[in-house]
Amino acid sequence: MTWVFSALITWIVLWLINIQLAKIEANRFINLLVPALFGFSILILWEGFVRGFNVSPILLPPPSAIAVRFSGSLSILWIDFVQTFIKGALSGYVIGCIAAFITAVAVDKSNFLKRGLLPVGNFVAALPIIGMAPILVMWFGFDWHSKAAVVVVMVFFPMLVNTVAGLNAKDNIQHDLMKTYGASYWQNLLKLSLPAAMPFIFNGLKICTTLALIGAIVSEFFGSPTRGMGFRISTEVGRLSLDMVWAEITVAALAGSAFYGLMALIEKGVTFWHPSQRK
Amino acid sequence: MNESVISANDLSLTFETNDGPVHALQDINLDIEKGEFVSFIGPSGCGKTTLLRVIADLETPTKGVVKVNDMSASQARMERAYGYVFQAAGLYPWRTIGGNIKLPLEIMGYDKLEQKERVTQVLELVELSGFDKKFPWQLSGGMQQRASIARALAFDADILLMDEPFGALDEIVRDHLNEQLLKLWATTKKTIGFVTHSIPEAVFLSSKIVVMSPRPGRISKIINSNLPSDRTLEIRDSKEFLDIASQVRDELRKGSSDE
Amino acid sequence: MNKIRDFWNLVGPIFTILLIITAIWYASAVWLNSAWAYDKAKRANVSISFSEMVSDTMIQEKPLLPSPHQVIKEIYKTTVLKKVTSKRSLIWHGWITLSATLLGFAFGTALGIILAVGIVFSKSMDMSVMPWVITSQTIPILAIAPMIIVVLNAVGVSGLLPKAIISMYLSFFPVVVGMVKGLRSPDQMQLDQMRTWSAPKTTSFWKLRLPSSMPYLFASLKIGVAASLVGAIVGELPTGAVAGLGARLLAGSYYGQTIQIWSALICAAILAASLVAIIGVIERITLRKMGIQI
Repeated sequence: MTWVFSALITWIVLWLINIQLAKIEANRFINLLVPALFGFSILILWEGFVRGFNVSPILLPPPSAIAVRFSGSLSILWIDFVQTFIKGALSGYVIGCIAAFITAVAVDKSNFLKRGLLPVGNFVAALPIIGMAPILVMWFGFDWHSKAAVVVVMVFFPMLVNTVAGLNAKDNIQHDLMKTYGASYWQNLLKLSLPAAMPFIFNGLKICTTLALIGAIVSEFFGSPTRGMGFRISTEVGRLSLDMVWAEITVAALAGSAFYGLMALIEKGVTFWHPSQRK
Repeated sequence: MNESVISANDLSLTFETNDGPVHALQDINLDIEKGEFVSFIGPSGCGKTTLLRVIADLETPTKGVVKVNDMSASQARMERAYGYVFQAAGLYPWRTIGGNIKLPLEIMGYDKLEQKERVTQVLELVELSGFDKKFPWQLSGGMQQRASIARALAFDADILLMDEPFGALDEIVRDHLNEQLLKLWATTKKTIGFVTHSIPEAVFLSSKIVVMSPRPGRISKIINSNLPSDRTLEIRDSKEFLDIASQVRDELRKGSSDE
Repeated sequence: MNKIRDFWNLVGPIFTILLIITAIWYASAVWLNSAWAYDKAKRANVSISFSEMVSDTMIQEKPLLPSPHQVIKEIYKTTVLKKVTSKRSLIWHGWITLSATLLGFAFGTALGIILAVGIVFSKSMDMSVMPWVITSQTIPILAIAPMIIVVLNAVGVSGLLPKAIISMYLSFFPVVVGMVKGLRSPDQMQLDQMRTWSAPKTTSFWKLRLPSSMPYLFASLKIGVAASLVGAIVGELPTGAVAGLGARLLAGSYYGQTIQIWSALICAAILAASLVAIIGVIERITLRKMGIQI
């Protein structure tokens, strides 16, 4: 019981500290410290409750056990990471985003496509694309190619919708200005539509980082060679060694956050001019 | 005898809206000669902005002919015959001021060295020297508008079309910009078409004032100004100025009482 | 005459695209299934003409790509022709998935709104919780769906609830993000006006912030309900694939029953589209009543 109480008290203390910190003038250090303290306090709570209530490690292992398993399985985790993230998610992400971009430019040019393809695209974007995983495994085989294919399909439609919205985002005056310069279609695209579309494009790119990782992992549930994060998770769940599952989840969380963070960083550089980046 | 640089013949433009047809312009006949400074003034809905946009080939007339430099409006646009200044600066936020001014130069194919020269020249003209590396949001509204005018002057076009460019600025800045615009006109000798709401501004700047009235949009009267071409702000208190201003005012009142 | 032309302008391109997609589908079916057709003929020591091959590709039992009419026939067989309570009925499976979706969606929306209100009104909550809300979405929750199901099963929570929990996790994020944006959307002028009327914070909330957030809420609800459905489907995968559309997908893939896979997928798609459409209708009615034009 001492575990539970000390965990609770630590959590409350950290929460109170956070309330005080929130009252101070915001700066980058405080902005990072507060959520970090919050996350840390949750970990403490977790560790305390699991140990204090003697929760079976088969149900929910304490963070300390996960850390031990993590450091002990680095090579396996790395192999899984390369299989799922680098080969499956990343390649699918790149192909899907490029395809969506080209399609968006075509849609922007052709009124017919705009009125025909867009509603269909909007519709498909809402569908459970993940359901295509078994079909794509059947067509492309067990290895990472089918996972990349799933990622391409998952990433394509949100990226298309966002890019098309972005290409329409220039305001009337900027558009008319281009007309008065007698600009050609390509000049208009490269000098106005594309830069103006960047905030929307990056919004899509960020959303798609998470979709790519999810797509790669979940499609491995439908069939995979004996490696990969999804594969490892489903087999270790079957063996009830949940600490390994949590270790894989940690890798996935780290990879997902890093990928998202990278896109956000690039976004800051490219769309420095947008009001949302100028605060 | 100056040739006509911009001419409109029986020009009409009707918009089809959900509430029925809107006669934005009806039977407009107008001649603007080289080097003139022509103001278009009138209440909302009189068609002054629409007329300017038709000259710029940003709108298509439903009837009649408009000619710019003896060509059709579209040809003139493709030949880059004019610079256009909008009510808002419309600067691209991802380009510096210098980059924004270079934009038309890049599109029209001026070489890099010439681009640089023109940017420096034109920034000097509008008294924004040294601001070429700044971004639009770092400038005040008045400065952004000046940059937008600089952009319209950067390339070789004999005509300048301006749609209420100073409307959103405060009076002091406006007066200053009015003076600068007159100096620019004297230096560059361009033909200028200028849309405004403000009677003093129209009288101060122009050699010819076109008064328009709405529903349908038409020209009520064309008033020629006999004020000397080199003017200062003090002229606004002179008798001649007030005469012309009251002519304009009377014509505007007549137009609105017709409804 | 104009009305017909307007209607065609609206529907024509969509119709044409759908027609083209159907044509491509049929052509691909012939192309992908042709290998099997030729194989079969070779093993029977018979040679088949092109048109015989084409007709064969349309009726294979385990085709690589089922033709549209095969899928439609299968859907018809398992919905209209089966009793709704039968274990083979697609409607029964659809209902299982739908109930988990709706429950999870309700939980997720409630959780999302509560979190959003907390974040908007408490600075410490904003600073501590919001970054984690965002991070939570970079953690692929679907990846641990199997674990959640197994763990909850072990403590005796099985069936509907674990799937609903996964759906809840997926749908709360868009609701939080959308509601936070929406509750913060009134501009400073409107907020100041409330203060000049000495309105307490609760009045300001109910009469200004909440109504302003409606458009944002509905946009998020549409994303949330689609995400809920995905969560429910994936949640059905680990339990040995017994009931629900996800289960049908998995079973089909284990036994190579491609027509079954496609029919379950199309059914899930129709479900997703209907749910989003229903929210769209509710949105239109609500916003119209509030005087907001869509």
